[in-house]
Order: sequence, then structure tokens, then C-alpha cells
Amino acid sequence: MSLLNVFATGLTFYVVAAVCGMIAALSKRDGRTLVCLTCVAGAAFEAVAALRVLLAGDTLYWSFTAGIPNFAYSFQIDPLAAFFLLALSALAIPISIYSLARPHLASTATPFQLFYALLLLSITLVFSASNVMTFLLAWEGMVLTAYCMVVSAHEENEVRRGGLLYILMSRGGTGFLFLGFLFLSLGSGSMEFASFHNAGMRMEPSFGAATFLLLFAGFGIKAGVIPLHIWLPAAHPVAPSNISALMSGILIKTGIYGMARVFFDFYGEPPVWAGMLVLSLGVVSALLGVLYALMEHDLKRLLAFHSIENIGIILIGFGAALLFRSFGQPKLAALALVAGLFHTLNHGVFKALLFLGAGSVLHATHTRNMEEMGGLIRRMPSTALYFLIGAVAISGLPPLNGFVSEWLTYQALLAGFGVTETLTRMAFPIAGALLALTAALAAACFVKAFGITFLALPRSEHAAEAREVPGTMRAAMAILAVFCAGLGLGATWFLQVFDPITQQAFGVSASPAMVLNSGLALAAGPGAGTVSLLGIAVFLIALLAVPVLLRSVWKPIGRPSHGPTWDCGLPGLTAANEYTATAFSKPLRMIFSALFRPRREILTEFDVSPYYPTAIRFESEIQPAFEKHFYDPLKSGILTMAKRMRGIQAGSVHAYLAYIFVTLIALLLFGVRE
Amino acid sequence: MSSYILSFFAQLLLLLFLPPLVGGFIKTAKARLQTRRGPGLLQPYRDLAKLARKSMVIPNTASWIFHITPHVLFTSTLLAGLMIPTLSTRPPLAIVGGVLAVVYLLALGRFFLALGGLDTGSSFGGLGSSREMTISAIAEPALMLAVFTVAITTGSTNLGSMADQALGQSWRFLSPSQILAFAALLIVLIAETGRIPVDNPATHLELTMIHEAMILEYSGPWLALIEWSASIKQFILMSLLINVFFPFGLAADWSLPALAVSLVWLLLKLLLLAVVVILVETSNAKLRLFRVPELLAVAFVLSALALISTFLF
Repeated sequence: MSLLNVFATGLTFYVVAAVCGMIAALSKRDGRTLVCLTCVAGAAFEAVAALRVLLAGDTLYWSFTAGIPNFAYSFQIDPLAAFFLLALSALAIPISIYSLARPHLASTATPFQLFYALLLLSITLVFSASNVMTFLLAWEGMVLTAYCMVVSAHEENEVRRGGLLYILMSRGGTGFLFLGFLFLSLGSGSMEFASFHNAGMRMEPSFGAATFLLLFAGFGIKAGVIPLHIWLPAAHPVAPSNISALMSGILIKTGIYGMARVFFDFYGEPPVWAGMLVLSLGVVSALLGVLYALMEHDLKRLLAFHSIENIGIILIGFGAALLFRSFGQPKLAALALVAGLFHTLNHGVFKALLFLGAGSVLHATHTRNMEEMGGLIRRMPSTALYFLIGAVAISGLPPLNGFVSEWLTYQALLAGFGVTETLTRMAFPIAGALLALTAALAAACFVKAFGITFLALPRSEHAAEAREVPGTMRAAMAILAVFCAGLGLGATWFLQVFDPITQQAFGVSASPAMVLNSGLALAAGPGAGTVSLLGIAVFLIALLAVPVLLRSVWKPIGRPSHGPTWDCGLPGLTAANEYTATAFSKPLRMIFSALFRPRREILTEFDVSPYYPTAIRFESEIQPAFEKHFYDPLKSGILTMAKRMRGIQAGSVHAYLAYIFVTLIALLLFGVRE
Repeated sequence: MSSYILSFFAQLLLLLFLPPLVGGFIKTAKARLQTRRGPGLLQPYRDLAKLARKSMVIPNTASWIFHITPHVLFTSTLLAGLMIPTLSTRPPLAIVGGVLAVVYLLALGRFFLALGGLDTGSSFGGLGSSREMTISAIAEPALMLAVFTVAITTGSTNLGSMADQALGQSWRFLSPSQILAFAALLIVLIAETGRIPVDNPATHLELTMIHEAMILEYSGPWLALIEWSASIKQFILMSLLINVFFPFGLAADWSLPALAVSLVWLLLKLLLLAVVVILVETSNAKLRLFRVPELLAVAFVLSALALISTFLF
């Protein structure tokens, strides 16, 4: 089977799934199983196509005209696109399996069946499009289908607001992209991506810079880069959980794909400021993302803020790669790019796992509020285990996949200090230190997320009566958990996937210098540090022999007994005694109070004396800085302008005729003057 | 190969049986300095033996997290210890990981310890977990920046080559960047090992406690494992500090005579560092929890200055 056939077969499966979903929706049948299984088949074919490009070196270019004159739809799968297609398939398969089970809020309207396959189809086309029109069509298709899925539960006000914010900002992003691509094609004289190669460098510097910023902003909105992130924590939590997993896992990565295209394909050797901008926005996104995540007690919002954090970590890798490119260090650039791309895939895998875990918890407890959970590890043991694996992975702890990509990022930053004599070199270690802070805060956040949700006593009746989710949902999470372990332990074998990408971008292969001892250990380069996740995993298990051996020497006298929790001698532990998510993050809320500007209100009701309260009401909130200082003024500015404009929009036909006449005269005068 | 296996087991034994002695020395010497008699050098061993033989009480609210926590903590700490230079400049598991792996393995242990604190539902456990994760997070940038400073001067995150490089230039510790980085790491050491002025290892049942609050519900062999891991972690951080900055006497290989000499050196250097820790502990009061970030900010500034002075001087 030729590569084109494999790719087209995958696309056909998606189309068939979409048609099946439409027929099912029209005939008021379920059709969920059919849609999901067809999507699994489609994703499998796309995965094969992607692997053939990455491992066997095939390439694909496919162009055809249909419908519109003088316009061709063209598709190309180069190594970079193939990598993102692979990531899409790796997530689409488990998420489709997860979606086989009916969600707890199965409403009569079924946007899932209608739009799920279309969404997968349009993301696939975004990654494989190779001219501007095809790309933008696929891009808009993706935005619209994703919107329709986000507002699945549109009866709720919060859902409609989140959806609206998402579509507004996405439209803005498309506007930026439109302009950016227009400028690029002015420079290169064609709409084909192939003609854009290094086009950014051939443009006049200021014009090239403006184009760079436009494209960065357009893709940055999609990726959720701070300060363009505000739609993300509003839209991701309100979507159904399987869609949240898809959105956080791969949909926002279309922004990362676009940036990788622009940074490493369209711009050859960008100026230093471009790299510095990307690096510093990466650091800001990572740190603020995790700090805002810490303040959340809505499980899905917390995960959404972590997506912002991880996008930041990816951008740190990309920014470093851009800087290395500017300083003429292709080998280091390849290391940094591998770090960023690897983290893109890793984040997709563990974030999808965590969102599916959160979805299972939502399915079982009907709430997203962590303060009403607790003790779920006993009611839902498998979900707890998989969520824990995801939590360890996202915290960047060995021996799972998050550690590998963070380790690579550190190594790239460490090497950066030596590449220049200017003060720019300070950016690398500072970014490294703040990345360390981010990772440690992420660990704190996931201790909170897992500990409050799954451990101790249930804090509500829903949590106490939670039931484990159906087998298909557990199987989907198990697949992703295996990916987390596999990408960590098998990192050295996986690294060769990146060789064609770095070869295309910088002309060097990264993996030969990075793989030591036939794949047992990973090195950042000759003489630099080494790490072996397989070794860590093996020794972590082998060293268990020490406590076991010691216990056989020092046998405890008597058997372990069970008793009530001691809690410093206070009898009768109840759920009300437990630490809450809000309390857990209180020290950090106080330490970073300059950022959060926390406000709290305590109302005590009492009969006789304030020392014997009958009821206490506590309220605590933090100030959303970007919304207040940037978006609120923007919004009110737009509204004021719209109000002013209302004056000339009186609705009278005569007035509009007059406007048309005046415009016509003005244009004629303008034309005559020319 | 045989020398490799020998080095592995030699360092393993050292990691298992030397750290309680260091803890015992700090306790006793601190007591003497405060004109008390102190428990004696061997008390930590007696405590561990006693705890290991006791039968434990498992809280009804605890899940399997409660049981795997001591084991994850113990093995991850031991594994981190096998990656650092103690007696020789060639750590037995150098290929498995360098300084970043050490930092992240300790973080793995801490992650599970904090979960263990939350698992029982006790409010003190949650309090300890919350504070521990906060303090360690705030300590992280200073730690990483200081690590970067040392790694930049040696060009590697491999701890063996860091010590090797330092050994080659024996007066390097006098350079400003090294002094500043050492000072920053000393503060991080105090914070990470839970000593005054950040945490008081001698108190139970005080509202200011951090580490002790997390492990309040543990008893018997599991508590022994946790206490043992804590003393191994302290030993790891202390050896890291002395062997990266003052690598005198480190053996170049794992031959027996060289090891005997380097063991004497190691004990001597540990003794000196312990005296510094004791002096800090005795001459300071415990800081209020919300003053600790200021102390760690000082550490961060020190390591930033250290970094700048690597290319200024």
C-alpha cells in the first residue's frame, strides 16, 4: 500500500465516521459505538502513515483541484507533520475507546456523534495541509467543530460563556494568522508552504519581524501562551471530559505545530530577540500557569492551567532552539528542539490521561469540586492508580516520561550559557532555575490534586457512594498510563523519531550523540550529563530488597494492628477535620500574594458570644490579574466604541443609501486622484 | 566488573550505616554545646532497631499509598545516594544519573511522603504535606541555580566529573563564585533537611512542625524506614556539598587503601560541616513559617551572584 493510500484510507475512515454520526443523529439513534470504532481504525491508519514517514523516510505530497477554480487543495506530510500526526493518533485511539461509554450527562442532543470524527479529521488536515488556503480551511473547521463540542451542555450559563470566549479568541487568532500568511506570501510570491521555506529571512527586517509577531500571536492564542491564555481555563473544563482530553492533549498542540513550522521552517536564522521573546514567554507561561493551577479546587480547571504551564515548558525548549540557531549552534538547537517536541508528545499523553481520570471522577461523583471529593482510592482503585501515574509523570518525576523531556530541557539550557559572551547567556540559567521552581510547584499541585481527590475520607455523599467506571474507560486510561511508562523507559529508542525532523530543520541528527550503551542511557552530548530511566526503574525495584532483607533480620514482634487515626489524640476523625484543597495551597497563596491579591471574607453567626459560633461562612478568592488589567479594559473599550458607532446605525434605509452614495463619491475621487 | 560490584555494595553499606552516626553526632554535640548531656552517638541506631521491632498501628482511613510511601521514599533515597561521590570520584551508578537525577529522585520520595501525610485524613498530616511541598518548591530555584553554577564551570551534570574537575584545581573553592554557591547550597541544605531555622527536628506536636507532622501517623517498621531515609537524605546532601566544593582526599578508584584514606577524609569533612550546622542551629531561633521564603530568597540571590561571578572574575 502506498503512503498516500494509507493516509487517504485513514481520512476516509474519519469521513465515514462523521457520516455515520450524522445519520445516527438524524434518525435519533445512538451510533456512539460505530463512530468511536471507526475513528480508532482511522487513527490507526494515520499512525502507520506517520511512522512510515518518520522511520522509513517516505514523504507524501498530494494536490488536487476541486470546486474552486485556480485553487488546489494540497497536502504534504514531512517529518514535522508526521510527528504531530503520530501524537494525534496516540491520543485519538484511547480517547475514542474511552468515549464508547455513555457520559453521565447524556443529553438528547448529541454533538459528540456529529462532530467528534469531524474534529479528528480537521486536526489531521491541519497537520498535513501544505498551502495557506487548505491550512486555514482545516484550521477554521477545527475551531468550529471544537466549539460545538465545548458547548455540549449549553443549558448551563458557564458553558455558554466558556464557549463564547473560546470562539471569540480563536477568531482573533485566525485573524492574526490570516495577516501573517498574507505577508509571507507577499514576500515569497506564492501561497504554498514549500515556497515559505526561509521566506521570513528574505523579507525586509521590520516587515519580517511584524510577520513573526503576527504568526506567533495567532498560534499563541491556540496554544494558550500567557497573556493570550484566558479562553483555555474557561473552555476546557466545561467541555465533556473526553473532549477536554483531546483539546488539552492535541488541539492546543496545533498552535505548537504552527510555531514549530514558523520558527524552524519559515524563518531560517531568526534574530536574537525572537528567541528571547519565545523563551521569556515560555518561562512566564510555565510559572504563572502552575501558580494559578495551585489556586484552583475545580479539578478540570486545575488541569487546564497545567496545560498552560506545559505549553510554557515546550516554549522554553523552542526558545532555546531559536537562540542556538541565532548563535550558529545547530547541534544544541537540535537538542533543544528535541526537548520541546518530546515534551509536546509527553504532555499530550499524561494530560489526556489526567483529563480522562478527572472525567471518570466526574462520572462517579457528578462534581468537579475537589472539596467535595476524597476517599475515592477505595471506591475507584483503578482510576486512582492511573491518575497517580499521570500525576507522577506531569510532575516530571523519574522514571516516567515527564522527567525525560524536562531533563533534556535542563541540559539544553545548561549548554546555553557557553554559546555567547553577551549578557544574553544569563537567560539560560535563570530560565533553568524558574523551570525548577515550576516543576516543584507542579509536584505540590499534584500532591494536592491526587491527595485531596483520592485519599482520606470522603467529603460528600456523592464521593462516599462513587462507583468505579466501566471497563472501556479504564482500558483507555491503562493504555495512556502504559504510554507514560513506555515513553520514559524507552526514551532512548524513541529518540530516533526526531532525527528526520532535526535533519530537516538544522541538518543534524541529534540521537546518535545522545544514545549511550546501545540505548541503556541517555546523554545530552559528549562529556555532558547522562541519565538512564531504565536503570532508575530497575534499581528502584532492586533496592526494595534492602528493606525486605532487613525485615527478615529484624522481625517485628507482634502483628500490625488497625486502629482509628491518631490525629494527636483527638477522637472521632471526620471529613470536616481533613485538610482541604484551599488550605493546602494557603502557604503559597500568602507567599505569592503580590500576584494573587487574595481576598477573604469570614462571617460568623453566633447566639451568645462570638466564641461560640453557630455557623461560619468563609469565602476566599484571588484576583485574576490578566482579566482585570488587560482584558476588562479591552472589553469595555470595544463596548464603548460599539456604543458610539450605534449612532450612525440608526436602521433607516435612507441613511444607509446616503452612506453608500458618500462612499461611492469618495472612492471615485480617490480613483481620479490616482 | 568486580570492582564495579564492589563499589556498589561498599557505597550501599556506607549509605545504610553511616548516616545515623552523623545524626547522632549532631544531636550529641548540639546538646553538649547547650550544656546538656545528650543522647549519645549511637542513639539513632538504637531508635531504628527499636522501631523496626515494634508492631505497627495502621490507621483505618489509610489506603495502599500509606504502605508504599516508606518503600518508595527509602529506595529512591538510596538510589540517589548511589549516584553521588562519597569515597571515590566515581560514583557506582554515575551512568544512571547525575545531579539532576539526584534532585528529582529526592523529589519523588518527597512527593510520596506528602501523599502519605494526606492519606490518613489527619489534619496534621495535611498541614505537614502542604508546608513541606511549599518550602521545597521555594528552595528549588536556589538549588538549581547553584547546581547550574557548578555544572557550568565543569561543563557537565555528571557528579563524578564535577568532583574530578574540582579535585584538579584544589584552591578553586576560594573563587567568589564557589563561595557564593556554597553559601546558597548551605541554606538549601538546612531547608531540605528540616533543621533550625526552617524546621525543628526535635519537636513533635508543635504547630510549627513540618516534617514531623507528615509522619505523625506512622509507627513501627514503616516509621523506621522513613526516619532512616531522612537521615540518608541528610547524609546525601552533606556529602554532595563537601565533595563537590572540597573534594580533598576523594579516591580516584575503588582500591582498598585509597578508600581507607578517603573514608577518614570523608568523616573529617562531615564533622566540620556538622559543626557548622550545629552552630547555625544553636545560634538561631526557628523562623516563622512565612519568613522562610525570605531566607530562601537570600539563597536564590546568592546563587544568582555566584553565577554572575563565574564570568566576572
